[in-house]
Parts: sequence; C-alpha cells; structure tokens
Amino acid sequence: MTPLDYDYLRKLLKERSGLDLSSDKQYLVESRLVPLARKSGLAGIPELVQRMKGGGAEALTSEVVEAMTTNETFFFRDKIPFDHLRQTVLPALLQARAARRSLRIWCAASSTGQEPYSIAMCLKEMGAALAGWRTEIVATDLSQAVLEKSKTGIFSQFEVQRGLPIQLLVKYFTQIGEFWQLNADVRAMVQHRQLNLLQDFSHLGTFDVIFCRNVLIYFDQETKTDIFARLAKMLEPDGVLALGAAESVVGITSVFKPYPDRRGLYCLGTASVARAGAPIGLRAAASAVR
Amino acid sequence: MRTCLVVDDSSVIRKVARRILEGLDFQIVEAEDGEKALEACKRAMPTAVLLDWNMPVMDGYEFLGNLRRMPGGDQPKVVFCTTENDVAHIARALHAGANEYIMKPFDKDIVTAKFQEVGLI
Repeated sequence: MTPLDYDYLRKLLKERSGLDLSSDKQYLVESRLVPLARKSGLAGIPELVQRMKGGGAEALTSEVVEAMTTNETFFFRDKIPFDHLRQTVLPALLQARAARRSLRIWCAASSTGQEPYSIAMCLKEMGAALAGWRTEIVATDLSQAVLEKSKTGIFSQFEVQRGLPIQLLVKYFTQIGEFWQLNADVRAMVQHRQLNLLQDFSHLGTFDVIFCRNVLIYFDQETKTDIFARLAKMLEPDGVLALGAAESVVGITSVFKPYPDRRGLYCLGTASVARAGAPIGLRAAASAVR
Repeated sequence: MRTCLVVDDSSVIRKVARRILEGLDFQIVEAEDGEKALEACKRAMPTAVLLDWNMPVMDGYEFLGNLRRMPGGDQPKVVFCTTENDVAHIARALHAGANEYIMKPFDKDIVTAKFQEVGLI
C-alpha cells in the first residue's frame, strides 16, 4: 500500500463513517482490507483503491467502510452501565413516566445486537413493573451487515458466553445446534435501522435513554462535539446518556455533564438544562425525601 | 490469597485453566476427579471451583452435591466447565447449586467474564 493509497482510504473513512485513523494505522487497514480485496478478486489494497477511484464501485466502497469499522461487542459489556440501568435509571423512569407509561431507548451503535438485546433482557427482568407499558428499543448502526446479523438474534456459543449470565441464556434463548437464538418475544422488542451518526438523526424522535458506547472514541474532537450537541436534542430533558468506559464528555462539551455517582452515565448539562428538570434519579430521590 | 480448585481429568485442560486463573490472581489447587476434589475441600475450602462434568471415580455433578452439603460448602463459587452444552445439563447444574456455566471450548475472555459475573473479580 502506497502512502497515497493510505491517504485516500483515510479520507474516505473519515467522510463516510467519521473514523479518524492516525498516520500509523497501516497495519490495521492491511489486516482488514487485504482479505476483502482477495475476496473481491483483487490482488491487494492498491488494486482495491484503484477500483474505488474508478467509480461505479459503491457496493465495494460500503464493504470497505464496514470492514474498517470496529464491531466488537458483547452482552452486558462492562456490566456497570447495565447495573445502573437496572438499579437507578429504570426504577426512576418508572416513577417519572408513570402517567404516560412508555419508554424509548436508543442504542446508537448497536453492532451485532448484544447491547440492545441486553437492554431488552433488563426490561424483561423488570417483569410486572412494566406490564402495560409501551417500550421501544431502537438499534442503529452504520453497517447493514451487522444489523442483519442482529435481526436474526442468533449467536455462537462463544458470543453467548461473553458477558451473558447463564440464567439469562437458559431463560431467553433457544439452542439451535451449536448456536443460540434469542426468543422471538425478546427480538421483537428491538427495531433495527441503518444510521450514520455523521448524518442527521433527528427523525428518530426523542428518547428517555441513549446508549452511545464505544463509538465516539474513534471520532476526532470536532465530530464528537457535533454529535454530542445533536444527541442532547434527542434526549428527554430528564433523560440519561450512557457512554463507553473509556469515553467522557469532559473537555469536549458542556451539553452533557456526569450523572452524580454513576460512572459512565451523563445527563443534560447546564447549557441544556433550561428545558430540563433534574435528572431522573435525582428527581426521584428528591420526591422520596419529600 | 484467593484460591481456585480446578477439577478436570484432563491435565491439558487443568494446565490451560491454571494459566488463565493465575493471570487473574488466583492460587491454583488441582484435582483430577470429584473424590480428590472433595478431599482438597476438606483440607481447605477454596474461594472458587472450576468444575468439569464427566470424570472417572466421581463426576462433577455428584461432587457439587457433596460439596454443598459439607460445612462451609455453600461458600465457594462453582463454575462448571464442560463439553455438556445442552439446556438440560445447564439446568441440572444450576439446580444443584452451580453459580455459572462455561461450555467448552473456552478462552481467557470467557473465563474472565464468568468469574466477573459471579463477583470473583
């Protein structure tokens, strides 16, 4: 791969997916794109770049973007955000939304489905507390391929053992040979849509909870600031944003601020708080004191 | 230091498990069947048990029943680690008092995730 080929790919990936590759990531590009080039009948990356530059290779370009965007995920990743969801966020939302009895949750980079389905299982585990409620989990990802896999709800033995408690496997999955499929009622709780976070997403409506985990880490500062500003408009005034363990809003934006004592969770910051009340957990705590 | 009793009739599996668990700061005790594992528990109750199902002399399921009836035998977190990967076996193991269940083949990520799940890490 020549430096010119690498520059072309860096620009393409930045424009299409926001992926911000530093100048020393040639090894990553080679490890992901050489197999794709060979699968497409091309000798290597120079030929792949040539084909894309030649035009009329939109499908191939999409495959390149999908191959380069990281899709690693597993059930209940990092555990703590899901503990917070179960112990703090959902109980507080049950109180705050008691009148309208509906919840909307968005997984903004849902990959092969482990995260939205983990949330769906959390909701299922709430049992009777959510009976009669309308719950909606919207799972979006840049990659149509991972969304298609997610829709099947079929996971390998390796995938179901990374983070998924065995009791939930037995309760919500059906074994199909060497694979495990989520039961239809859990799959039906998740709606899948292809979405590029660089583009307008206001049509999705507003949400009570947004999971946007382990995706912004790949974007440059300017792109992160822009996405945070647009995410803030998508969140209910008392809603909650969950970021990945290595991500934060600190030093990037003031539209969100850390949720008190709940690492990885954020609520709308002072800049956005004019249209907000206290974050749901604090509001619930305040009403309990009264 | 926290100890993990690795019970498996395969010395290769015990060696792989030892390497992974030592990396997670466990001191390892090994046993090649359920009977030897029970003797080890009588000498010193471990913090955790990584337990195969099919073994000569006494299998993992029988060992678990005996362990849970021993004084202090309710304390160790027991994680099955077996090729028996069907729902019926998993349900039996949970009913007998297993805390988690690993279906072989396994790797470090799976062992780590399962040990985290039961609060061992």
